Amino acid sequence: MELRGAACGYDGSPPVLSGLELTVERGGFVGLLGPSGAGKTTLLRTLLGAARLFEGEALVEGRSVRERKPRVGYVPQLEAIDWRFPVTVEQVALMGRAAENWAFPWHRKSDKQAAFGMMERLGIAGLAKRHIRELSGGQQQRVFLARALASSPRLLLLDEPVMGVDIKTRDDALHLLHDLNHQGVTIIMTTHEINAVAAHLPRVVCLNESVVADGPPREALTPATLKRTYGADLRVIEHEGMTLVTESPHRFGAAAHSRRNGGGDAGAV
Amino acid sequence: MLEPFEYDFFVRGAAAATLAGGLCGLIGVYVVLRRMAYVGHGLSHAIFGGAVVSYALSVNFFLGASAWGFASAMLINLAARKRKIGEDAAIGVVTTASFALGVAIISRFQTFTRSFDAALFGNILAVGGGDVLAIAAVSAAAAVGVFVGYKRILFTTFDPETAGFYGVPTAWVDALFSLTLAAVIVVSLQTLGVTMIAAAIVIPPVTARLLTNDFNRMTLLSTGIGAGCGLGGVYASWHLDIASGPSVVLVSASAFLAALAWSALRDKLAASAWRSRDRT
Ligand SMILES: Nc1ncnc2c1ncn2[C@@H]1O[C@H](COP(=O)(O)OP(=O)(O)O)[C@@H](O)[C@H]1O
Ligand SMILES: [Mg+2]
Repeated sequence: MELRGAACGYDGSPPVLSGLELTVERGGFVGLLGPSGAGKTTLLRTLLGAARLFEGEALVEGRSVRERKPRVGYVPQLEAIDWRFPVTVEQVALMGRAAENWAFPWHRKSDKQAAFGMMERLGIAGLAKRHIRELSGGQQQRVFLARALASSPRLLLLDEPVMGVDIKTRDDALHLLHDLNHQGVTIIMTTHEINAVAAHLPRVVCLNESVVADGPPREALTPATLKRTYGADLRVIEHEGMTLVTESPHRFGAAAHSRRNGGGDAGAV
Repeated sequence: MLEPFEYDFFVRGAAAATLAGGLCGLIGVYVVLRRMAYVGHGLSHAIFGGAVVSYALSVNFFLGASAWGFASAMLINLAARKRKIGEDAAIGVVTTASFALGVAIISRFQTFTRSFDAALFGNILAVGGGDVLAIAAVSAAAAVGVFVGYKRILFTTFDPETAGFYGVPTAWVDALFSLTLAAVIVVSLQTLGVTMIAAAIVIPPVTARLLTNDFNRMTLLSTGIGAGCGLGGVYASWHLDIASGPSVVLVSASAFLAALAWSALRDKLAASAWRSRDRT
């Protein structure tokens, strides 16, 4: 997929992102980083042909999304799900096949095999008849991943797949994505939790109005790029070959004190 | 007990109410799950305007009112897409204006005040053989539509935007849904009445929702509850000598309360079973 000088956003407001230059080769695995509101979701929507493209071009598998909406696996942010809706795990997974075999009103055997095969692989086959709300956060995430994978996509877009889950669940999810990636699925995922991806992903892209940095974590995540991405002072530590990002140590009291005593932005608060 | 069924008009009315109740229950599943309850309410008022206009212009009632209802639904969609106006406000404008037009025409030509009552509150005495046929035809079409479109409609109802990303033709699903909803309201108008249709659309699915977490079961239950309450409602309306629309709605409301009590009891039983298991 490729973005060439793309400016994208929504009708009636200025572009959220502009001057985007980004190429992800087949087989890539990329984490989009940025604070809330940076435009991570908007970038995914651009690739789906669901955001307004003001300028430039967005190509998926060589074809412009303006011409034809691409078929990719999409896992929305869990917050966007209607949890009161009466659907079971298997009904959600089967949705991934809703557009296949269009001449048949019901799901054909191949559809069921695809959906159930994925549920089995993701370890949620035993929960097939459960309502989607009766699951843990990690299981819920896997239900929607199963739906995406049931449509056998070559490109998988995930919006905040590791948000709000514990470390073990997050690690499991990222390992799963790694396995999929090794089997040839191109993956682009967003997150605002830096360390979740820094330790696992081969490539990160920092977003804030445009691409701020792009590359392997250890090159892309520097205090300068993080400052431009998050607007905050962050420290980067190399530890046993891993890149770790932490907050700069300061006490609120100390910061307030130094400001009051004629710090750089006195009176700004 | 079966005395009213000796009268042809009652049999016709009962058939119409059963079918209309089931039909409203079926379409209501989608209305409720898409959180469009107010659309059903608004659309029935808009269609009343269309019915009066078709009557005044001597256009076929079913065609005129359906076309009017469909146009209103599309107008609501259009207005709501201009994100500056919320959908609820758009519905308020479109449907109340349409309703006002109907009332204005009626007050100008005082000749049909009697059918005005029937249109507002439902009157099974006025149901003719043609009306029953129309309801049966729409019921058959809706049942076939729901069956054929099942997987696409389910996804579109659950998450319209993502369904579009997965290649589901959501614009078509939405348009056909609006058309069906308009047709359902038009054919149910006579039996249930403008002011009662919204309740007939909303109560059965909410009742069904209390009883199950499964979409397929909810659809069947809601249709069944709607049909049962339609039949029970006209039967009660005969014995209590009240208008059929309110009677159907009151029966549905009782069913809803019963389901509410049952689900509360069930949760309590489950909780106490869990506690006693804990103790042993
Ligand atoms: N449907 C929309 N219409 C208009 N503006 C939107 C819409 N969705 C998001 N935005 C705006 O676009 C900006 C980026 O949002 P988003 O892409 O969701 O950020 P992120 O996913 O990085 O948190 C925000 O300022 C948000 O207010
Ligand atoms: Mg987002």
